[in-house]
Amino acid sequence: MIPDVKGNGLKMTENLRRTPLYEEHLALGARMVPFAGYEMPVQYAGIIEEHNAVRSFAGVFDVCHMAEFRVFGFGAFDFLQRVLTNDLRRISELGTAQYTLLCDEDAGIIDDLIVYHTGDLEYLIIANAANHTTDLDWLTSHAPEGVTVSGSGPTSEMSPEGTVELVDESERTAMIALQGPRALSIVQELAGTGFEVPDRFTITEAVLDTVPALVARTGYTGEDGVEILTHVSMIAGIWRSILSFPEVAPCGLGARDTLRLEMGYPLHGSDMDRGVDPISAGLGWAVGRDKGPFVGSEAIARLREEGPARRLVGLQVDAGIPRAGYPLLREGEEVGKVASGTYSPTLQTGIATAYVPASLAEPGTEFEVVIRKKTAMATVVKPPFVKDTSLSAVKA
Amino acid sequence: MYPSELMYHKEHEWVRVDGDVATIGITHFAQDQLGEVVYVDLPSDGDSVTADETFGEIESVKSVSELYAPVSGEIVEVNSALDDASETVNEDPYGEGWMIKVKMSDSSELDALMSAGDYEASLSE
Repeated sequence: MIPDVKGNGLKMTENLRRTPLYEEHLALGARMVPFAGYEMPVQYAGIIEEHNAVRSFAGVFDVCHMAEFRVFGFGAFDFLQRVLTNDLRRISELGTAQYTLLCDEDAGIIDDLIVYHTGDLEYLIIANAANHTTDLDWLTSHAPEGVTVSGSGPTSEMSPEGTVELVDESERTAMIALQGPRALSIVQELAGTGFEVPDRFTITEAVLDTVPALVARTGYTGEDGVEILTHVSMIAGIWRSILSFPEVAPCGLGARDTLRLEMGYPLHGSDMDRGVDPISAGLGWAVGRDKGPFVGSEAIARLREEGPARRLVGLQVDAGIPRAGYPLLREGEEVGKVASGTYSPTLQTGIATAYVPASLAEPGTEFEVVIRKKTAMATVVKPPFVKDTSLSAVKA
Repeated sequence: MYPSELMYHKEHEWVRVDGDVATIGITHFAQDQLGEVVYVDLPSDGDSVTADETFGEIESVKSVSELYAPVSGEIVEVNSALDDASETVNEDPYGEGWMIKVKMSDSSELDALMSAGDYEASLSE
């Protein structure tokens, strides 16, 4: 009954990379799966148990596979303002961060990113692991006139005015996410009394149980919490310190996916890709309106004016579990396919996202979703699917 | 993990024989590989099943798997308690987590099934 499983573990394709926490995962009994070129934990105790731990207490995730790029120099602002969609002036204050998109000239979404303003002339970008090389190539080849991009590592001298350096920090940078209503008190305890927890969407320095780190109040679960960055050689120490708190559960990619989908957070590669623009994806809020020209700005302006043909919507399903690719029907005609779908441990129903014709995107609109041999009712709802979390309390 | 009084199908179902009635469920290995079961789709009383063919589906958060009938016959009882408590399949796969009872039409099909020892050995191949 499990055709792709043989023996005692999932078969791994060769040449998968391991994060600096690989041995920790094995010791914790994780089930490892291939993901974006890495061998990653999909679950430890179980997806639902881990999911519920994050919603009620705290969970910690290995996100070392994600890519980190550092952009610095006198031209850093102009370069990023020109190649990313969001308005970088919104994070002019040091330590602030924003969600943004890397788009092509046709407004296709190459990746979604978080940009942290980490220094006077410096920005830190966190990118999806699967897009690591694509992003780097795109950024390198799309430097505007008068700007040179070097991917070769930091130089000893500050570059002359008008230049910028782009450094891939991924090899030496490790990242974990600590998420849940108890996350902040745990960070506070690890960082000691002098430490002030950063505001939402800001980043600060900290020493966590003797380990120097960057602590950002960001995440992908809908709970309050932090993402912690440090050198790869030191991440295991922080990981263990966090897990020494009895209320913290190690969490895998399985729970990461159910948590993010309950919030309606899009996943690049599932909910959007190069064939989709920010307006159709409901990400217009991450595109600056009066920042001047940037890559994709003309196409996005046109889409804003004309309105997109399709929109990404949230769907709640009355029976069964919708999964990616399942058809959506309206009066017997296929009008779309499920983009992301899962079982919601919080709601205990199936939830999904899908691109549907813009005229059918209103909340309350009903579809039939074909779940293999059966059909179920799918109703458009405005995400988040789960409304009350520790993060919604912060935002309110 | 693999009770010796049961017989096992290669697709990870078990059979408990009582006269001409076979009770069928999934093995410890299967429930462990699936993870937390969130949905079990079973046929109805009176439906017939055929050995080595699918009779239902089982879903965890991440995956869907088909259930294979180890023997042929007519379904005489379905474990409807799993509709509201699918996690029972994980908690008690050989007891309360059973799925269907089948009145066997050809008990010689049992000869094709594995013993606990053979099944366990097949898992490490």
